Amino acid sequence: MQTENSFLKVENLSKSYKEGSPPVFEGINFEIERGEFVCIIGHSGCGKTTILNVLAGLEDATDGYAYMLGREIKGPSLDRGVVFQGHALMPWMTVLQNVAFAVKSKFPDWNKAQITEHSKKYLAMVGLVNAENKKPSELSGGMKQRVGIARAFAIEPKMLLLDEPFGALDALTRGVIQDELLKICSETKQTVFMITHDVDEAILLSDKIMLMSNGPNARIAEIVINTLPKNRKRASLHHDPMYYPMRNHLVDFLVNRSKDLQIKGSAGELDGYQPVLVCPGLQTPITQ
Amino acid sequence: MNKLSVKTRGMILSVVILLMALCIWHVVTAPKVVSNPVALTGSSEYQALMGQGAGTTVEKSGFPTLTKMGETFYQQLSHPFYDNGPNDKGIGIQLAYSLARVGLGFLLAMVVAIPFGFLIGMSPLAYEAFNPFIQILKPISPLAWMPIALYTIKDSSISGIFVIFICSVWPMLLNTAFGVANVRKELLNVTKTLEVSPMRKAFLVILPAAAPTILTGMRISMGIAWLVIVAAEMLVGGTGIGYFLWNEWNNLSLSSVIFAIIMIGLVGMLLDIAFAKLQKAVSYAD
Repeated sequence: MQTENSFLKVENLSKSYKEGSPPVFEGINFEIERGEFVCIIGHSGCGKTTILNVLAGLEDATDGYAYMLGREIKGPSLDRGVVFQGHALMPWMTVLQNVAFAVKSKFPDWNKAQITEHSKKYLAMVGLVNAENKKPSELSGGMKQRVGIARAFAIEPKMLLLDEPFGALDALTRGVIQDELLKICSETKQTVFMITHDVDEAILLSDKIMLMSNGPNARIAEIVINTLPKNRKRASLHHDPMYYPMRNHLVDFLVNRSKDLQIKGSAGELDGYQPVLVCPGLQTPITQ
Repeated sequence: MNKLSVKTRGMILSVVILLMALCIWHVVTAPKVVSNPVALTGSSEYQALMGQGAGTTVEKSGFPTLTKMGETFYQQLSHPFYDNGPNDKGIGIQLAYSLARVGLGFLLAMVVAIPFGFLIGMSPLAYEAFNPFIQILKPISPLAWMPIALYTIKDSSISGIFVIFICSVWPMLLNTAFGVANVRKELLNVTKTLEVSPMRKAFLVILPAAAPTILTGMRISMGIAWLVIVAAEMLVGGTGIGYFLWNEWNNLSLSSVIFAIIMIGLVGMLLDIAFAKLQKAVSYAD
């Protein structure tokens, strides 16, 4: 049963693409609270994007359920904004039209001026005021991704799903947009679920990092609570005393421990497995 | 010379090629003065009867000379819209008939092919169901439909339009289906997460996304339609550039036939340019 305070709850989710072959992931259980920024890290092929697609309502899980605000997620909804891996902007629309298209979908009764004003507000938030009449093909990769972010925020979703949004960007641009995202999320108290491959990005942005073991038979192995203070800055992140314990823990997992569960899982030894809760760098480990 | 752009140099070269071709034409069709060996030996009375002077004769080519062509062009183009009854109409009127038939048949084909192509492109089931019929009907020469069209429609002019319809419909249908089926999945996922209504999705996402492919199909269709209308009008007669051409052949007026051929080429080129412009207008950079 659903408790009132769990914003998003995933129960025993599993997905297999072919009958008879081992599931990509299985026994996925986690909860996300309102306003939380959650990152999910794991090697390619562990089904991160599939989990995100299930949460977005774009794909069905083979088994298990996902609930948002006590309601089962069935099909896509304007309550959940998605920023896609590729920017997924309509190439024939201008930047403003792309955002306005989303705004019009969310607020069909608004008049043109309201839609334009609202769209411009969110374009300004990602620093794209001067590019509103450009076509996506005239923008750099970073600018395109910002339009995607503005579009997702502009529909004011209850939850934001980001599928490796900065994967294709160079390190400098990525840093700038990460800062912007951090700022916008703290201003709007947005609940975010984000896939990333970048450990530093996860430490900078998230409150909670879910580590997935390798697929097939992938599971959420650990849930790592970010032990760095809330007001993190990219520039000073690596000076924080908690930074290295945190980073080492994550990298160690990806390099060494991510294989362990897969072996046990394929042998069927993991029924009822619950992820370990860790707070790297803190003396008193919390176990569940 | 080197400073001129490739385009200008190409144009100069085109003019040179044209002049050379005209030169060859002139030389080949020029009246030749030939000595007549028969004249030396045969009966001079017989030769006089045959219209051959003694000693030499002027052999005229059956092919029109450039001067004759110039006269035909001048005559036809100075009064393009005259109408002296069923067998004698200006080139403008004949072209207008052909263009009207092509336009009507093409429009009808659009009305059928684009919505139907949308359906087939959106639904894999519809695609599988209709594909065998399309594959069989597509390679049939449009003129093969003519007897059936004439029998059922009982009107030669409308039969011509039907033939244009049937030849234009396939490239448009297949290209529309292909364009619609290949809209990037990402974009469709965006419309799904935005809960866009089916109508908005069709007109604001799928149609613009598929428009360049659809326009390519329309351009191919128009090219085929213009090829077919000439043959169709030769067959059904009455009016149109194809009928004009065949009529002038029956008159043994080769200069008018050549004139008609050049006109067909020019109009076909203009149609293609128009569609290329349209294609450019709806295309987008990814």
